[in-house]
Amino acid sequence: MAGRRTLDLEGLQSLIDALRDRGYRVVGPTVRDDAVVLAEITTLQDLPGGIGDEQQPGHYRTRPRDDGALFGFATTVQSAKPVLFPANELLWRGTRSPSGFEVSRDVPDDAPVALFGIRGCDLAAVGIHDSVLVGRPAVDAHYARRRDRSLLIAVTCSTPAGTCFCASMGTGPRPGDGADLVLTELLDAEGHRFLIESESPAGADALAHLVTTPATAADQAAADEVVATATAHMGRRLRTDDLHDLLYASAESPRWSDVAERCLACTNCTMVCPTCFCTSVEDVSDLSGDIDERHRVWDSCFSLEYSRLHGGAVRTSTGARYRQWLTHKLAAWPDQFGMSGCVGCGRCLTWCPAGIDLTAEVAALREELAHRETSRTGPRPPSTDH
Amino acid sequence: MVPRLFGVVRTYPDTLDTVTLALEPLDGPPLAFRAGQFTMLHAFGVGEVPISISGDPTRPDPLLHTVRDVGAVTHALVTAAPGTAVGVRGPFGSGWEVADGTGGDVVVVAGGIGLAPLRPAILEVVSRRSDYGRVVLLYGARSPADILFADDMATWAQRHGIVVEVTVDYGPPGWSGRVGLVTTLVARAGFDPLHSLALVCGPEVMMRYAATALSARGVPDTRIRLSMERNMRCGIGLCGHCQLRELFLCVDGPVLSYDRLAPLLDVREL
Repeated sequence: MAGRRTLDLEGLQSLIDALRDRGYRVVGPTVRDDAVVLAEITTLQDLPGGIGDEQQPGHYRTRPRDDGALFGFATTVQSAKPVLFPANELLWRGTRSPSGFEVSRDVPDDAPVALFGIRGCDLAAVGIHDSVLVGRPAVDAHYARRRDRSLLIAVTCSTPAGTCFCASMGTGPRPGDGADLVLTELLDAEGHRFLIESESPAGADALAHLVTTPATAADQAAADEVVATATAHMGRRLRTDDLHDLLYASAESPRWSDVAERCLACTNCTMVCPTCFCTSVEDVSDLSGDIDERHRVWDSCFSLEYSRLHGGAVRTSTGARYRQWLTHKLAAWPDQFGMSGCVGCGRCLTWCPAGIDLTAEVAALREELAHRETSRTGPRPPSTDH
Repeated sequence: MVPRLFGVVRTYPDTLDTVTLALEPLDGPPLAFRAGQFTMLHAFGVGEVPISISGDPTRPDPLLHTVRDVGAVTHALVTAAPGTAVGVRGPFGSGWEVADGTGGDVVVVAGGIGLAPLRPAILEVVSRRSDYGRVVLLYGARSPADILFADDMATWAQRHGIVVEVTVDYGPPGWSGRVGLVTTLVARAGFDPLHSLALVCGPEVMMRYAATALSARGVPDTRIRLSMERNMRCGIGLCGHCQLRELFLCVDGPVLSYDRLAPLLDVREL
């Protein structure tokens, strides 16, 4: 197919070099503290070569791979969220003056970022954040500025984890729309190489400067095989056609109290979720009281403070907070933004210390609703045929 | 997220714990607003809180906010001396759009400080009084000492023919007025339910009962408007705090009609 090329390892290094030469801070997966995390990378040696991961609800381990794959893990611990939408960001600083106070806006001066090796799930999450934070009348200016200058280099997922369900959410394993370049790592008798496709003018420009060879039918078949294998190995599934009505109809379900017995309201799921965007506005002053800073910090609907009003919090029970989170993700989000708030990355399962599984909770709600409807309808009335 | 600077011109003590702040812009034109909208008021070095505008929308200068002293930021605001600079963001949210009630009766049900966001709507009605039929204000306060805008209410009753009914939760010796819940006044107030616009603001539980009573009288749910309160932080729909299921109350609300809210108000802790 036109535009599809292959790139060898040397070519991949030259891609990183070219991005750095153009002033990008290249952020990609790397191993730190026995986990695959996102950090600045400069060489292929920084990538998690020969490292895979093992993820189950409440469980994460890296594991060695014997094939030397550079992208042989499922997901990085955090998504691109902390890179494009930092957990704490200064918005403005006020300084006391004779007439009151003067406000100076803060403009982030960080280098443009090339996200290297972003997964389909996380790419879709960036697209969701674009809609939420830029696509409405009120724009998050700092996010918009970072996104404008960012480059997204996505890599097809070859080895999904036990908590993954991107195939159900339609976001992977092959990255969907929104990337500048899409890579698929190929490891077979033909050698260690990458199928590379450009999906934007910026991506085409970067590709044009690399030493590549046209992709053969065999390369394409191998890439298709990667996608097929990964799809077949999804650790979880989520039925999505009924989610909106199911969640709204389950507002009073006893299941929320059941989840609350397990949920610690620790906020981990919202911190690792690539789409959770709730923030708080915090004003911080120095000891003299002459400087006042406004920060935008990540917040979580699992905290009691989140719904606090004069007179107390609205959502005092953990069940109500879990309901808020799940209902927002899967039902209110489509109403608000015309899209699901879940991309199926599985992080909320993996990083839940109690191992609460979103897909299992939805299945339980579905079963419970079906049961409720059956008992309301009652057994079929006796036949009245004459 | 950057506030405009306003200066405190005057403060008017309303009750022992409530003050109306009059603000003038230090950096430009007055803040145009619609009755029912709110702003984020910022006390330098202390923080920011959502406060409804309580002044006349046709005369936005000075800008009035009625603030009850309940926390660190509101305390800084109610004790601000004239000349103090205050940050203002907004105005935010939906308004009462009381003009939709033109040609019919208007019923206003307020509880406590909930009268403050309704004051601009009442002033709007008063300014075009002949456009409306009977106008009824049902107001509940904790005690006689907590009654807001007593002078205004006297003026509205005497000069503009508004029927004002006040009730208190607790009536000390000497109080000859009503004692009891404001929601109970709805049942026998003089208005034509089928041709009324009802505006309700107060604690959520009071609004729920008031809306139920109005609905029971026959006011269509689409003609009952409630001003919802949630933890507003950004005012522009970005921070997520004010969500009520699919609604961002700072943008989609705070004023919403009861047909939209009824199913949501029925669910505890939503």
